[in-house]
Amino acid sequence: MKKTIITVVGKDTVGIIAKVCTYLANNRINILDISQTIVNGYFNMMMVADMNESSKPFNDVASELAQIGEEIGVVIHCQREEIFESMHRI
Amino acid sequence: MINIFEVNETNKMIEEQNLDVRTITLGISLLDCVSDDLDTLCDNIYNKITTVAKDLVSTGKAIELEFGIPIVNKRISVTPIALVGARAAKCPEDFVKIAEALDRAAKKVGVNFLGGYSALVSKGMTPADKALIKSIPQALATTDLVCSSVNVGSTKCGIDMDAVRLMGRIIKETSEKSDIGPAKLVVFCNAPDDNPFMAGAFHGVTEGDAVINVGVSGPGVVKRAVAGTKGQGFEQLCETIKKTAFKVTRVGQLVAKEASTRLNIPFGIVDLSLAPTPAVGDSVADILCEMGLEYAGAPGTTAALALLNDQVKKGGVMASSYVGGLSGAFIPVSEDQGMIDAASAGALTIEKLEAMTCVCSVGLDMIAIPGDTSEFTIAGIIADEMAIGMVNQKTTAVRLCPAKGKKVGDTVEYGGLLGHAPVMAVNGFSCEEFISRKGRIPAPIHSFKN
Repeated sequence: MKKTIITVVGKDTVGIIAKVCTYLANNRINILDISQTIVNGYFNMMMVADMNESSKPFNDVASELAQIGEEIGVVIHCQREEIFESMHRI
Repeated sequence: MINIFEVNETNKMIEEQNLDVRTITLGISLLDCVSDDLDTLCDNIYNKITTVAKDLVSTGKAIELEFGIPIVNKRISVTPIALVGARAAKCPEDFVKIAEALDRAAKKVGVNFLGGYSALVSKGMTPADKALIKSIPQALATTDLVCSSVNVGSTKCGIDMDAVRLMGRIIKETSEKSDIGPAKLVVFCNAPDDNPFMAGAFHGVTEGDAVINVGVSGPGVVKRAVAGTKGQGFEQLCETIKKTAFKVTRVGQLVAKEASTRLNIPFGIVDLSLAPTPAVGDSVADILCEMGLEYAGAPGTTAALALLNDQVKKGGVMASSYVGGLSGAFIPVSEDQGMIDAASAGALTIEKLEAMTCVCSVGLDMIAIPGDTSEFTIAGIIADEMAIGMVNQKTTAVRLCPAKGKKVGDTVEYGGLLGHAPVMAVNGFSCEEFISRKGRIPAPIHSFKN
């Protein structure tokens, strides 16, 4: 299973997780794990997601999530897990 | 499972410290394009490149998007054209036609540069080698994306001084025909067959039909890591560089394997080079300053660079299954803001750069020199650099840019990744009589190394 890492960084506000999760649910993307911290008022969230059931191409999901991020004033990245695995695990 | 801090560390490297994969270079053999007829040869070359490399750029872009890592350049290297064109091209003008075919193919597939307009003449020149070398000024002036290189020496064969002398004249002529021309021309000693970096990339005859080579980068990431070792000992400094180089190289390895799988072309090597760009914070010179030098070029620079180069290799070698190419820290002047500052401040001279090339890859790179520098002086500088490579069994290179009509202290603008450079002073004493001697410098002795 290819996992996707979704990161959300930006100023904390009401409904960030709700917005992102609604989008993921609507596109049949399953959330496997969520972790979140707030550093100096900045919201920092990481989701591990499984996109195998989604019919949408990866690139569309990435750009639509980036668009949602712009609307609510945060930066959303969507990346395949391998880049992190290869850098941080031997 | 990966945690949020690791994800943030990676993304900070990409967003704030200019971590990128500098190039995916697709090496393509053109040996099967050979023909008696020039037009047929050009058609064969165009067709092979546009077929094999048709998906290179789109695949590179897809990998960029999915992994969130910029891949700055997608490039092609080909078999040295002096070999491919030896049968069909009878004169320099014929070789220019081949260069134009290469340029058309490169533009068609959308790559940034295509390397391999090259001749390997470390022991002697065939008529085809000579014709190709003589065509370089015109070929680089009439094409946009073609890069040229000439290997004039090796540890095994010595240095072909006739070729060195000729290259002094060719670099001068190239600069007279086009300002940007010399930036696309490299003179090598011990040139590797699998170098993915321009302008010196070519697809060596020891390679297969097609191969994916990847060049990593990341001076900004190393600089940030080194900043955290202020006041600490050399052991901590070395460990930090090594660990950082490992992480950076792992990304290169991932991208190389992914590109290889998607394009169905074998993976060749990862080139472990710290390749700077003119962007602020993406500088090898800044790493040296972070280690504790006021400017690159200050006493201690060669030692700092030797340490940096070695640790990058030690960290990188474990991160990749196959390492090759040039692999080391690059020290181009115009492509590195820290080097530009050092040269402008008077901290860095060509002689110091020459010393630095003894301990790192690759050589005297992207150095603007006064336009009135004689062809013999340029040949003398090349000969010195080739001698360093030959004796020390390493790759060295020279990419000098005589700046037409400019004097020491003026600035030359090359644009894009090639950056800008202050014109640097050249030792004005003559070497004409030495350079005018005919023949070769013999290969050095490989024993009695005391």
